[in-house]
Amino acid sequence: MLLEVKNLRTEFKLKRGTVRAVDDISFSIDKGEILAIVGESGSGKSVTSLSIMGLLQNPGRIVGGEILFNSQNLLKMSQKELQKIRGNKISMIFQEPMTSLNPVWRIKDQIMENIMTHMKISKKDALARTIEMLDTVGIPSPAERAYDYPHQMSGGMRQRVMTAMALSCEPELLIADEPTTALDVTIQAQILELLYRMREKFHMAVLLITHDLGVVSEAADRVIVMYCGKIVEEADVKSLFAQPLHPYTVGLMRSIPQIDDDSDQRLYMIKGMVPNPLHMPPGCPFSDRCDSCLERCTKDMPELQEIDGHKVRCFLYDKASEGELSTK
Amino acid sequence: MLKYIIKRILMLIPVLIGVSIIVFLIMRVFSPDPAPIVLGQHATQISVEAWRQANGLNDPIFLQYFHFISGALTGDLGTSFYTKMPVIKEIFSRFPATIELAMVSIILASLFGILIGVVSAVKKNSIFDNAGMLLALVGVSMPIFWLGILLIIFFSGTLHWLPSSGRINPLLQPGHVTGFYLVDSLIAGDMDAFIDALRHLVLPACALAMYSMAIITRMTRSSMLETLQQDYIRTARAKGISEGKVIGKHALRNGLIPIVTVIGLQLGSLLGGAVLTETVFSWPGIGAYTVACILKSDFPVVQGVVLLIAFVFVLVNLIVDVIYAFLDPRIKYSKKEG
Repeated sequence: MLLEVKNLRTEFKLKRGTVRAVDDISFSIDKGEILAIVGESGSGKSVTSLSIMGLLQNPGRIVGGEILFNSQNLLKMSQKELQKIRGNKISMIFQEPMTSLNPVWRIKDQIMENIMTHMKISKKDALARTIEMLDTVGIPSPAERAYDYPHQMSGGMRQRVMTAMALSCEPELLIADEPTTALDVTIQAQILELLYRMREKFHMAVLLITHDLGVVSEAADRVIVMYCGKIVEEADVKSLFAQPLHPYTVGLMRSIPQIDDDSDQRLYMIKGMVPNPLHMPPGCPFSDRCDSCLERCTKDMPELQEIDGHKVRCFLYDKASEGELSTK
Repeated sequence: MLKYIIKRILMLIPVLIGVSIIVFLIMRVFSPDPAPIVLGQHATQISVEAWRQANGLNDPIFLQYFHFISGALTGDLGTSFYTKMPVIKEIFSRFPATIELAMVSIILASLFGILIGVVSAVKKNSIFDNAGMLLALVGVSMPIFWLGILLIIFFSGTLHWLPSSGRINPLLQPGHVTGFYLVDSLIAGDMDAFIDALRHLVLPACALAMYSMAIITRMTRSSMLETLQQDYIRTARAKGISEGKVIGKHALRNGLIPIVTVIGLQLGSLLGGAVLTETVFSWPGIGAYTVACILKSDFPVVQGVVLLIAFVFVLVNLIVDVIYAFLDPRIKYSKKEG
């Protein structure tokens, strides 16, 4: 296993109370695998990625669990040791290409900085490598564009630059936090294609964080669905799309518009809203929005259980509750 | 860029004409008649009238202005009513003292202001932050003359460490080359004079720097707090570079733009002469001298000084704008925008 996250819990201590942004989640990524984490805003997926990178800002704090990278616990490392891993073995692409590059430095300086932080090579070689990386991610005339400032590039180009920067030290794990969200659809496809190609080229694992099931179906090998800081479902991409188990996942799938759907029916939507993280309902956090809510759903929290390699956190699949399918 | 600079320098002309008209009119409308002040209270009506005639004060005001401005264009700002010395000479015997004090003050203020501001922002809400902000609050609220007197009482009176007034021990005064004693003494190779000039500078420079430093500190803190929230700071951290580099190379470089503006404005006003500081420390600069000339209705001197200060102020702001373009590549003074 390349990365193993065990019982990770991350909290935000606010004046009004404590928010459990990531609540006891465990997952792992194999070498060369693309794992997608799906969830809506506030489900804890970005916080998970920042926890892995060690980039949580106040008031966010990791309060429990382990993050093992090549069997080393990242949470036990000093900032110095983490700095050696960040940008080198684990790197990250962010959601906002427009603002994620420093406006006052040239593209090449920003990429070279990453290279020269982690590799003992001369400035000249670092520049050559920078231009080579820009070429790899598909930037035309990279030797000239390297001298551009970020504001001289479009959003898609900037995301390519971010990707080139993240890949410049050939990381073993790339965390892509909504890399396509701020881009329009054609550029989205290009960036996904790029990630896919880079995975092949550098044999790296990718943790793809997104709220877009379309992106997931195109890119991922395995999928984790998060809701309110918890994993509610985990499966390989084929079985998830063929047979989603958790009512939340089912709801998400049903609310994707189908292009060949000619019926006059309104598009399905999940009723209600994400609960206030400061006032979580007792029991399953999805219980008050669920179409197939059981009585015990509002009292107890279901455990994540495995059914033929497909994990789901729902009482509907609990053997003990069979025969009690009385919907509210 | 060069085009922009030339354009800005040409824009000085209307500014200076405007300033000259305003100061010319204000002096003539609001200042008392200089003749009785120059000639003394027992002067006869006839001698007063003769003096006014001799100094052109009986001419129509348009003509007076025309004489003044045509002289100014040839570099002649007239002569002082009192010393009978050319105004240019009067100004340049005092302006270096003001520049020297202003430069040392602004360097002190910028160094400490940026340092305290950055640390306060990075260690937000820590004891250091609170102490820094308290210092800044004290700095903006404490009257300079009072701070100056306190400094004199303590460092000069009680401890006898530093001199309380003047620019230098007259016995050590270096030959006049630039008028800046620190530079002149170095040119002369006279270390004793250099150290003495420096010792004389410490207290007035500290007193004068306090206010500017407080402003710069607050500006730096707020600018850095905003910059540190930016996405590219997270990107920088994600690269695995040290926190020092994140702050120095990525955050400060971006946060510096508003700070440079404030430093420029502060320097501009310091160069205009720090009247209170100069008075408290008997610093022979332009500020206290100008105030004295205003009170004595010495029209040519006041007009000359105000023109010079306006010129310097505009120039400092031009330099700030040029620095902008170096700090932020997005700022381009192209033909369209310039």
